[in-house]
Amino acid sequence: MLEINNLHVKLEAEDKPILKGLSLTVGAGSVHAIMGPNGSGKSTLSYVLAGRDGYAVTDGSAMLDGADLLEMEPEDRASAGLFLAFQYPVEIPGVGNMTFLRTAVNAQRKARGQDEMSAGEFLKVVREKARALKIDAEMLKRPVNVGFSGGEKKRNEILQMAMLEPKMCILDETDSGLDVDAMKLVSDGVNALRDAGRAFLVITHYQRLLDHIRPDVVHIMADGRIVKTGGPDLALEVERNGYADILAEAV
Amino acid sequence: MLPKARADVLSARIAGLSFVPGGWLGAAREDALSRLGMMGLPARRDEYWRYTDPADLIAAAAPAAATFDAGDEPPVFDGIDRLKLVFVDGVFDAAASDDPALAGVEIDRLSTAALTDIHWARELYGVLEARGQNPVARPLAALNTAFATEGVLIRVTGRAERPISLIYTHASETSDVALHHCIRLEAGAELTVLENGPAAARFNKVMEVDLAEGARFHHIRAQGRDHERRAATHVFARLAEGARFKSFTLTANGVLTRNEVVIELLGNEASAHVAGAAVGDGQFHHDDTVFITHEGRGCESRQVFKKVLKNGAVGVFQGKILVRQTAQKTDGYQISQSLMLDEDSQFLAKPELEIYADDVKCSHGSTSGAIDETALFYLRARGVPEKAAQSLLVLAFLAEAIQEIADEAIAEDIRQRLENWLSRHEG
Repeated sequence: MLEINNLHVKLEAEDKPILKGLSLTVGAGSVHAIMGPNGSGKSTLSYVLAGRDGYAVTDGSAMLDGADLLEMEPEDRASAGLFLAFQYPVEIPGVGNMTFLRTAVNAQRKARGQDEMSAGEFLKVVREKARALKIDAEMLKRPVNVGFSGGEKKRNEILQMAMLEPKMCILDETDSGLDVDAMKLVSDGVNALRDAGRAFLVITHYQRLLDHIRPDVVHIMADGRIVKTGGPDLALEVERNGYADILAEAV
Repeated sequence: MLPKARADVLSARIAGLSFVPGGWLGAAREDALSRLGMMGLPARRDEYWRYTDPADLIAAAAPAAATFDAGDEPPVFDGIDRLKLVFVDGVFDAAASDDPALAGVEIDRLSTAALTDIHWARELYGVLEARGQNPVARPLAALNTAFATEGVLIRVTGRAERPISLIYTHASETSDVALHHCIRLEAGAELTVLENGPAAARFNKVMEVDLAEGARFHHIRAQGRDHERRAATHVFARLAEGARFKSFTLTANGVLTRNEVVIELLGNEASAHVAGAAVGDGQFHHDDTVFITHEGRGCESRQVFKKVLKNGAVGVFQGKILVRQTAQKTDGYQISQSLMLDEDSQFLAKPELEIYADDVKCSHGSTSGAIDETALFYLRARGVPEKAAQSLLVLAFLAEAIQEIADEAIAEDIRQRLENWLSRHEG
């Protein structure tokens, strides 16, 4: 589903290389985790895939089901089925959460040539999905993420994901700022979406999220590359011994 | 006495205007003319006109302004049940207007009321305008009082069941129009006034609003899409105890607009909200000048002005809250913000507070900024196309001003205008 090959990216403003030949393939139905120390380029990878400004791709490719992601506008990547759950969800004063969700859902449907969802139908679906994430009516009415707690923001990201039904989901440090209960809620939300046609790339600093969202493959990232790939056990090894041993071994 | 140069400008400006003497109205006009003679017309050197060049407003003849066809867009307030009064280049159009009959409301025209010896409006016409000349001169309002040819006089004793809608059509490319309205709400009365349309090539309008105890007045206007028109408007309001005043203005386009609002909160526990949303692209100069005086105890005032500017458009805000010593427990709020869609536009703001009471709560803020790129990316990452995402963020920016419209159907109409404007001015 997602094929990244020899990706080189630098920060435009500072002319600083961040990703230095990253390759990664995620197949449909699977969950891959990327772990790595701070500054290894994990968040850059997620932003580059989603199409944020400020990064220059100097080499390599990233394809989603054969389509060249790097050539597409952010909104087209989203309509093609890519979803990034932000590490820091953005507050948008003045835009109601419900309006935001409905605009997004209908924009994607329109881009794919489908009919827009009616207000009634939308309301029914959103209420049902919000309930599972313990998002109340009040939170749906408030402006997007404004005054939300850290946990509320992350649950709101998962609600967006559930509404948009993307095929490739990237979760960028979705566990940061979550307490144990919130982590469980968010993980349940993600697990409910797991199916054969959908893939996940879970970026995290710690192993604990992976207790709830069990990955099929774990990658260790350092200095802009994947330095080691293994099964779920690799995450446990990191938890026990830290990154130092793995990094030393990789050099 | 005025310096010769200023006296000459004034003479040239009023040379072509016909002064109608006689009766109570004639007396009020003479008073206004003598005020004007002392003040002279505004000049660029005046502190109060520092950010807006009054040249086109004081020129002897109105600069020509092409009339404008709005195409497919239905007129604003089209879907609102209202009593319509239509003025074409300042002339009342009876055929296009509704029968001015509304329970609990007296509606007269200025031109005919002048013939009546005793009319309630004699206590109001030019009175609030004259009070509003201190401490800052507003010569264009005095000019209006002296020479206005038409207007409506509305007195309300109950709760008006429908809004009164003043529609100003612009038909002649050189029309130079002055309208003067007086509105008196008796104790506990309630009225909504809608205004829309450009009115003329050059439009000078005064509205005097006198609210008795507990009266509620709601004013919503849309100043028309004509690009070339020029307008100077004044709203003067006086509030007795417990009165409520709310005014919202939408300005889209117009090469020159100066909207002044002057409010006196005289009674205790009165409240005045003034809001504006202005959107300008290219040759657009929009000036909101507001002066609110708190005299009664425990009054609340709120000013919310938002401007969206691009391609060299200019926005001006001059807003003042004056809290007199008697006005303890005043709650004053003022915000003026501009959203610049490019780097060529300009926003000039002068917020002022002058406070003589010691137990008050007053806040003011003024900001100027660009579209939030992070929010824009967030929306796009969810699949919202760039232009639509930008429109959503612009409307969000304007939301605080639009929220000052109490009626949801009217607010939705205004929101729709703004969306239409944004889609016409993409890129």
